[in-house]
Amino acid sequence: MNFEEHAGKPLLKAAGIPVPEGATATDADGAADIAGKLLADGGKVVVKAQVPTGKRGKAGGIKLAGSADEAKGVAAAILGMTIGEHTVGKVLVEQATPFTREFYAAVINDPETKGPKILFSTLGGMDVEEAAEQDPNAMRSLAVDIRKGPDRADVRAMLDGAGLDGLEDDVADVLMKLYDAYAANDAELMEINPLAVLEAGGLIALDCKFTMDDSALPRHEELAKTGTPDKLTGLEAKGKELDLKYIELEGDVGVIANGAGLTMTTMDVVRHHGGVPGNFLEIGGESYTKGTEALSLVLDNPKIKSLVINFCGAFARTDVMTEGILNAWDELKPTLPTFWSVHGTGDVEAVAMLKERLGVDPLPDMSAACKAAVDAAKNAGDA
Amino acid sequence: MIIRGNHKVIVQGITGKQGTFWSERMMEYGTKIVGGVNPKKAGTEHIGVPVFGSAVDAMKGLDGGFDVSILFIPPMGAKAAALDAIEAGAKAVVCLTEHIPVQDVMYMMAAAKERGTQIIGPNTAGGVTPGECFTGFMPAFNDKIFRPGNVGIISRSGSLGTLMCLNVVQAGFGISAFVGIGGDPIIGTTTRDALEALDAFEKTEAVVMVGEIGGAMEEHAAEYAAKMNKPMAAFIAGGAAPPGKKMGHAGAIVMGDKGTYKSKADALSAAGVAILDTPMDVGPVLKERMG
Repeated sequence: MNFEEHAGKPLLKAAGIPVPEGATATDADGAADIAGKLLADGGKVVVKAQVPTGKRGKAGGIKLAGSADEAKGVAAAILGMTIGEHTVGKVLVEQATPFTREFYAAVINDPETKGPKILFSTLGGMDVEEAAEQDPNAMRSLAVDIRKGPDRADVRAMLDGAGLDGLEDDVADVLMKLYDAYAANDAELMEINPLAVLEAGGLIALDCKFTMDDSALPRHEELAKTGTPDKLTGLEAKGKELDLKYIELEGDVGVIANGAGLTMTTMDVVRHHGGVPGNFLEIGGESYTKGTEALSLVLDNPKIKSLVINFCGAFARTDVMTEGILNAWDELKPTLPTFWSVHGTGDVEAVAMLKERLGVDPLPDMSAACKAAVDAAKNAGDA
Repeated sequence: MIIRGNHKVIVQGITGKQGTFWSERMMEYGTKIVGGVNPKKAGTEHIGVPVFGSAVDAMKGLDGGFDVSILFIPPMGAKAAALDAIEAGAKAVVCLTEHIPVQDVMYMMAAAKERGTQIIGPNTAGGVTPGECFTGFMPAFNDKIFRPGNVGIISRSGSLGTLMCLNVVQAGFGISAFVGIGGDPIIGTTTRDALEALDAFEKTEAVVMVGEIGGAMEEHAAEYAAKMNKPMAAFIAGGAAPPGKKMGHAGAIVMGDKGTYKSKADALSAAGVAILDTPMDVGPVLKERMG
């Protein structure tokens, strides 16, 4: 789950990393109020669009203001703006912070070392990709044994020769605290970009990107409420409610299969035969008893013109999955052309059930079932 | 490592519904299950084997200890169970659980590396060595799918791997070993690790790899494939998946140009691996490559 800047920064602050003072508003008047308070001591404020995506500055979603009125104006312009695929509904108003340099700092889960990795670069304030282009060797990294956490001496040594002009110890302190924030919140990414050097001296986190490991959400229930759930279509939201993995796609061939790998492959084979999948819907694993819910979800999408049901049972029993679909079939009485491929655990029972209740045989393999569904969708489209 | 019929196996979580059901299937098939673990039922017997309070106790209490532990344990308890098995000195731990927090997984990996324990998974359906044993929840007893033979299969996905085995058997071949490595982004036995194990396994004369979009494991495996003598074919699932979406498996996500179908197919092709457009193409390709 992604967290917007305003939800991530308090976690840095809690770990002891300085962040600018500020607050969020959902309308221009609210932004003006916050700006008024922050401007009491002079200076400027920065108004920042809160959306879970990068390149906010380039899109015009980050603006400076020198008065409450000016803050109201820029907030009005930013609220409602579209950045990436997100509409801005909230701004963060913060004290603007004059700085001299911008660094990049992050802690990530690294599949190569199978452990956490601390990243640091003096090229901050730009995309990681952009920085890598400018200087592929600027990024320094340190693999961490998660059982012990990072050793400060190792972190300090990682910064040797990075051109920090005496800031090495300050940066090392921030990296140690950043690791704490990463570990305490089950992050898969905890990133500060930029980590700025203040004109007055010292370091401050001017942004925070935090992604929590979805599998860890159950042990962070309170914090998860401040996260930004993935943007879902109406059907995807319904799928999520039913605890089914459903992704709506642009095509007209419906797909129901068990297991992520088999479902993806069913989509691939639909493509291979010249069709376009209309959804990803997996009912394997723990959700293999949800055939009924799965079928109604597919039928709820009016774009779907045919359906391929592809079961290959391992843990998930094909007879249980088939029975679930057939129960829904009796209830919903769909007219959608549907093609089955059924193999693996429980297939003898499943095939017998199909014959008895629907009067159909499965096709000999998934390729034949996908091809038949693609052809049926084309015919339906021509009709 | 390839788990064999003579390996002694324990099941952590043996008394649960799934643990019981699959342990019985495994025993029937030939897996040498010698004990189980449930801290609340230590000292009892379940489906004919002794139940211990921990894997450490099982290692001490069983005559000759055990080699492999299989985890039928919920996500939030998996780390403690795996650490118990590692501390006990298990050679391999098969971790079936999906949705274990990644920081817990990394902790298990660090401990396993230090003790030389091979973790298989998490989020795997397990493995099958046809005619000998199976671990996890695989339909090994279906001989239309797991007929013994000389083709080794590697798969992140249980269902898709099963389908690949079916296609291999339908083409007239048999399976030497099926290695389910799991769909999580961080796993103990990588595609390359499994490939090396199958290369070293005397019953295997060809390898079929079932990959998925996301990560860089297939690319790393390609480096080994380039110097391997046994013929190899690969299918990569997810070519039709849109970028930026997790396709069911936590590890199956394309970020920018990383983890793409093309990156994987190109790396494997360059290493001399036959790329399969669909899983059904495996038969003709094996016939050609195995001559």
